Amino acid sequence: MYKIISKRELNPTVTMMDIEAPLVARKAQPGQFIILRVDEDGERIPLTVAGCDKEKGTVKIIFQIVGASTELLNHKNEGDFIQDFVGPLGKATHTEGLRKVAIVGGGVGCAIALPVAQKLHELGCEVHSIIGFRNKDLLILEDEFKAASDKLIIMTDDGSYGEKGVVTEPLKRLIEGGEQYDEVIAIGPLIMMKFVTLTTKPFGIKTIVSMNPIMIDGTGMCGGCRLTVGGKTKFACVDGPEFDGFEVDFDEAMSRGMMYRDFEQEQREHVCNLFKKEVQ
Amino acid sequence: MPNMSLKKNPMPVQDPIERGRNFKEVALGYDEATALDEAARCLNCKNMPCVSGCPVNVHIPAFIAKVRELDFEGAYQVINKSSSLPAVCGRVCPQETQCESKCVRGIKGEAVGIGRLERFVADWHNSHCTEAPQIPEQNGHKVAIVGSGPSGLTCAGDLAKLGYKVTVFEALHLAGGVLVYGIPEFRLPKSIVQKEVDTLKALGVDVETNVVIGKTLTVDELFEMGYEAIFIGSGAGLPRFMGIPGESLKGVYSANEFLTRSNLMKAYKSDSTTPIMHAKKVAVVGGGNVAMDAARTALRMGAEKVYIVYRRSLEELPARKEEVEHAMEEGIEFKLLNNPTRIIGFENPDDRRDPRNGFVTGIECIQMELGEPDASGRRSPVEVPGSEFVLDVDCVIIAIGTSPNPLIKSTTEGLDVNRKGGIVVEEATGLTSREGVYAGGDAVTGAATVILAMGAGKTAAKAIDEYLSNK
Repeated sequence: MYKIISKRELNPTVTMMDIEAPLVARKAQPGQFIILRVDEDGERIPLTVAGCDKEKGTVKIIFQIVGASTELLNHKNEGDFIQDFVGPLGKATHTEGLRKVAIVGGGVGCAIALPVAQKLHELGCEVHSIIGFRNKDLLILEDEFKAASDKLIIMTDDGSYGEKGVVTEPLKRLIEGGEQYDEVIAIGPLIMMKFVTLTTKPFGIKTIVSMNPIMIDGTGMCGGCRLTVGGKTKFACVDGPEFDGFEVDFDEAMSRGMMYRDFEQEQREHVCNLFKKEVQ
Repeated sequence: MPNMSLKKNPMPVQDPIERGRNFKEVALGYDEATALDEAARCLNCKNMPCVSGCPVNVHIPAFIAKVRELDFEGAYQVINKSSSLPAVCGRVCPQETQCESKCVRGIKGEAVGIGRLERFVADWHNSHCTEAPQIPEQNGHKVAIVGSGPSGLTCAGDLAKLGYKVTVFEALHLAGGVLVYGIPEFRLPKSIVQKEVDTLKALGVDVETNVVIGKTLTVDELFEMGYEAIFIGSGAGLPRFMGIPGESLKGVYSANEFLTRSNLMKAYKSDSTTPIMHAKKVAVVGGGNVAMDAARTALRMGAEKVYIVYRRSLEELPARKEEVEHAMEEGIEFKLLNNPTRIIGFENPDDRRDPRNGFVTGIECIQMELGEPDASGRRSPVEVPGSEFVLDVDCVIIAIGTSPNPLIKSTTEGLDVNRKGGIVVEEATGLTSREGVYAGGDAVTGAATVILAMGAGKTAAKAIDEYLSNK
């Protein structure tokens, strides 16, 4: 059992938790992920690490409430325990030798883009962050990004905060304005990552994306997380989760991501109804 | 007087049609009278050919003699000296190609039902003996075991009985490895695996779940933590795919994924929170035990039609005969001498957002015929030109094997692997290219059987004991 040391709501659908897991905290690097189960018989949920405190032995996770399991997790509080927590899994973000990088985050993906930005910033790399949200209420981690970036651009779909528009617009503007990036790192919804790669490709700037496919064991056993990268089958859990964005078949990944959508919606409604009954 | 019947006592089983709709165990086990009758067929041969056919050398005539004496616990103790998992072996070992293939009674008639008797004895023990085993006197040495599948559990059990302090590290949330994620409930009830794990814990073995060796901790860190020897039994790795078009469509599973969802993640229960496709028509590609398990699981999940697609003929099917027979009885259709060429998905050209897009609708296969025998002596299948046809299915499960897991190799310096990625070991000891590091099971051999993995765990336990006793 793994203790929830702290819990904070970042916005109405996104929550941050620090989980006591010293072995994982000792090793976790930006870009890697963990798998947790909220309770016995629960699903195994993969979540990319949002930070860790090696001294306290805690790992930070930030999750969006999208299904039954994240709904259950969100009902846990400080001092409660979760059943299982394993990691760190996958490969860490490659940061060596990078001098200037654009980080593009979308929605809750910003939570995992942040530790990458922080690490690069610590290593003395010039970091330009572009983070996008649907609206002002969904904005997260603004101060943290400010502290880790040499330049920060915030986008909202409706213009309720920062600039109105999507993240690829300022990215293109910066590149066309003469910014020379060694790499662009994009973390967010598949559709956003796809369009980031379409934006950077004409300029030939290496673009790394973080994939978050359906997964069970996370250790290279089940093969559920397979993706087509450069025409070959790759497994996000051991070969990734980060890949060369120009090589990833995004359309296939988006299609596979929808496989259990109906089931997941039903499950979530079921869990929400249970909690409603409890309240009544 | 021995029982000279040429036939072994049949194993009572659930009705084939009935069992195709439930996940209860198919084989029901001998009752006491049947066990005694079968035990009387053993001639108690002096040279014990059967024992040489057992990868862990169970003293077969000795345990059967105890059964005849009605000393069932005594029989269990005989088996237990050689095997840590009798209730598991009695169910999933391919006895017909091992101990029973050497049985003198098999020369004229059928071999003694050794596996069925082993199961009877183990089940009798589990339902009659509640006493916890005594923790052996500790010798002060610490050994780490990586993976809690059949090789790891066997190695752990043998070392614990010799007084070693053993810790088993398991990557998943539950101990048992392939016994819990791979082999389905109807062939090996999970309560039986749990009981075997509990017995090991009672012997003083610690089981640490949620620790991925190669990630959470490395082999070198285990040595730093004071473990003096390490056994790697991390199992088979990534599932292999065929490399044909359509393998990423929705409704295509690896057997590992399909079985893990239904077994470990309990999707077979109606109230499970684990999503799985309840397909109506399923094609399973492959002919091994895993393919049979996947096909029979799909049937029990509600499929109306399940096909096994295998490119060779019935004779070459690598699965156990008993499993193939069970599958056929349950109505699974064998499409032999057929090889898939592509998987077909739904595509609505007018609506890219049609929710049916990208789901499997069929699998195209081509007929094969057997050509000349290849280097291995097996006749290799060749395509019959122009014989392509489409099977209407909404789910395809690929069960054509696995390739070794890269996690430990990539984080352990000096650990040699072969061309295929399997860990290289000395056959007689299981010793790897690193001092104090031993390995066995699928991590070494690639996909094989439970009992071979147990044999490897046993070999390594003996070698580790010798290594640490002389250190």
